[in-house]
Amino acid sequence: MAANHVIEHPTSTGLDNRKMAMWAFLASDCMFFGSLITVYLVSHGRAMVGPFPQEIFDIPFTSVSAFVLLMSSLSMVLALGGIQRGNVQRFRIWIATTAVLGCVFLGGQIYEFTEFHHAGLTLESSIFGSAFYVLTGFHGTHVFIGVIWLLSLLLASFKPGLVIREKSLNVEMAGLYWHFVDIVWIVIFTVVYLVEA
Amino acid sequence: MATQVRYVEDSTRIQEPEAGPSGLWSWLTTVDHKRIGVLYLVTALTFFAIGGIEALLLRVQLSQPNNAFVSAATYNQLFTMHGTTMIFLAVMPLSGAFFNLLTPLMIGARDVAFPRLNAFSYWVLLFGAILINFGWIYGGAPDAGWFAYANLTSPAYSPGMGVDYWVLGIQVLGISSVAASFNFFTTIVNMRAPGMSMMRLPVFIWMTLITQILIFMAFPALTVGATLLMFDRWFDTNFFIVEAGGMPLLWQHLFWVFGHPEVYILILPAMGIVSEVLQTFSRKPLFGYTAIVFAGIGIAVLGFSVWVHHMFTTGLGPVPNSIFAISTMLIALPTGVKIFNWIGTMWGGALWLSTAMLFSIGFVAMFIIGGLSGVMHASPPVDSQHQDTYFVVAHFHYVLFGGSIMGLFSGVYYWWPKFTGKLLHEGLGKVHFWLMLIGFNVTFFPMHWLGAIGMPRRIYSYGDGLNWEFWNMVTTMGSFIIGISFIFFIANVFITLVLGDRAPDDPWDAPTLEWATTSPPALHNFDTIPVVKSRMPLWTDKYPEVYGHESEPGEHGDPDLPDIQTDEVHDEIHLPNPSYWPLVLAIGIVMLFAGFIFTFVMSFIGLALMFISIWGWALEPAFGEADHA
Repeated sequence: MAANHVIEHPTSTGLDNRKMAMWAFLASDCMFFGSLITVYLVSHGRAMVGPFPQEIFDIPFTSVSAFVLLMSSLSMVLALGGIQRGNVQRFRIWIATTAVLGCVFLGGQIYEFTEFHHAGLTLESSIFGSAFYVLTGFHGTHVFIGVIWLLSLLLASFKPGLVIREKSLNVEMAGLYWHFVDIVWIVIFTVVYLVEA
Repeated sequence: MATQVRYVEDSTRIQEPEAGPSGLWSWLTTVDHKRIGVLYLVTALTFFAIGGIEALLLRVQLSQPNNAFVSAATYNQLFTMHGTTMIFLAVMPLSGAFFNLLTPLMIGARDVAFPRLNAFSYWVLLFGAILINFGWIYGGAPDAGWFAYANLTSPAYSPGMGVDYWVLGIQVLGISSVAASFNFFTTIVNMRAPGMSMMRLPVFIWMTLITQILIFMAFPALTVGATLLMFDRWFDTNFFIVEAGGMPLLWQHLFWVFGHPEVYILILPAMGIVSEVLQTFSRKPLFGYTAIVFAGIGIAVLGFSVWVHHMFTTGLGPVPNSIFAISTMLIALPTGVKIFNWIGTMWGGALWLSTAMLFSIGFVAMFIIGGLSGVMHASPPVDSQHQDTYFVVAHFHYVLFGGSIMGLFSGVYYWWPKFTGKLLHEGLGKVHFWLMLIGFNVTFFPMHWLGAIGMPRRIYSYGDGLNWEFWNMVTTMGSFIIGISFIFFIANVFITLVLGDRAPDDPWDAPTLEWATTSPPALHNFDTIPVVKSRMPLWTDKYPEVYGHESEPGEHGDPDLPDIQTDEVHDEIHLPNPSYWPLVLAIGIVMLFAGFIFTFVMSFIGLALMFISIWGWALEPAFGEADHA
């Protein structure tokens, strides 16, 4: 770490406190999504009225939005690379790209929810509707919080001394969160969408 | 040797610490772990008293058949809030008080890893506690039991506001616990003094660490369960609605996936306290340190694989029941290891029967009884007989009251002088202990018989001629003895705070680091960060001829110890700045949740407050200028 001149307080393990706490948070969030995905799976096939999953899922569309979210992980890495080299301009370009890609994903989710709603799938229509909206909705909320975090970093980079090479850990933390939310989507996309195809 | 532990040559030495800031504002904005610990302690003891009064009202109602002291509806609210209060607002915050007070001192740190997050955890706890109790004054208190089984909690069967308060309050309290767990986990793993390797950590700190991991791994299941219930109640989802394909049993799985680790969240801190107290007052090192640590880890791991033993009678079938019966019985092994370690610690020791020691011995004895009835429940056929009877009530009070509460009171008597600078009166303390021990057994032992002859739990009244009258009356009398014992404790606290003896730095001649500093500790805890050379740093320094060999370098592996030049680290002491943002953020969060009951406008204001305070938090400097000590 010394090579990057990142400010980290000396700790017993060598890992910065904030990063250690972040990993603990991600472990906890794993249990959160693990529980929600389990709820979805055990509720699967118990819906008494339609629409049923096979009737409304548009796999090609959701594949595209999943691809967009995956690509946002790439741009997140590039943003972190930018700030670690002290190139604020490059950081801004890629962090903005990441936020935009996140927004595109959220837009896709809003579009999908609207379509499903027109098809008659609501929170209260069936157990499938309840489990589907709550699981994907909580994931969308995580993405939304991530987008706000990324935009906050972008905004902060215009104030001197806040987003600089020595404080690249602040960006790395947002990156950890962002990649985690991405990975969760890979799991949800697989167990919710792809198994129906 | 300038950086060596500043050990106490004389256990009667008294040093006056510098006075800290005072006034209400300094408490509202405090980020000092010792002050936050005191806030936790006062809050927990207050709710312990409230939960106790609720229990006494329950016992008055059940003291005789066909009693009409309270109505059935009130009774349901009382037992629901008694359980919820004791678990989430008394035992957990009391453990939290010790995490706060002791963790930095015992590992040789100046504060926790995230002092503002620590303050935030406390304020969220306080507001969550108020929210979950708010039904007493507006709309009715929760009345569906502390485990709130679906579909009793569905809008159809619980149309009132009680369950609303419960489901929102429990989520707020979860945020507090989980936020605190990240903090203490990071603190223990990352902020140990030089030489304080993992296998030199005091056992209390080990149990704290394990508890934090349990908290942040187990609470998400409860959060998900409560979220689904919230959606069922406010947004008409169907998770627990049978007619629409929902599964009430899913709630039980989610709840007990959290609920069984929660049992260890409640007991492990007390086990840590007892390990420290027995060591100090037996005047010899803890017997089998490594075994106790690994038994704690074993309990935590197995704790995630036993939840179905709460559901043996739900008809899951012989295969799941058998598997979970075996895993449940397995937990008896690490627990038994600990009990033999404690007995081995006392064996051959020069026992000093102080009040703290008496409570710890009481813990071991009562916990054995509760543990034995626990192993009985591991067998599904036996459990089927006990399910929902007073036998189960007897069992879990032996582990949670005879266990957790005894252990926590042991900690209160042991560490009280360290944090108040005043010694509690030993005579009054012993009266407290004996009254509590006798009252406890008079209350809860007869419940075994009541359960065995068929008295179900959670009934507000019972008829004549069932042979339950006598033992119910005995139980009620016992519960009032417990109530009286608590009055002796409160009296002890107030009398000694005013008239008590000034506590020396190290009144018990104890082995761990917190006794190396003043009573109460200075704001920055240690003038110089100690260098730790053994598991019992103070004893190896005070009694080198007896414990000197414990500090042989490299015994537990410290490759990094010689490299750390501690003098560089603490030339300057950086203390965290006071901050009001934790309080504002906590207000925002509780408004977000409370808005579901009152008006969604409140939720949006709460969200806005959260957004502003997170920005304010992120932008304010966490640490002040150097303060030369």
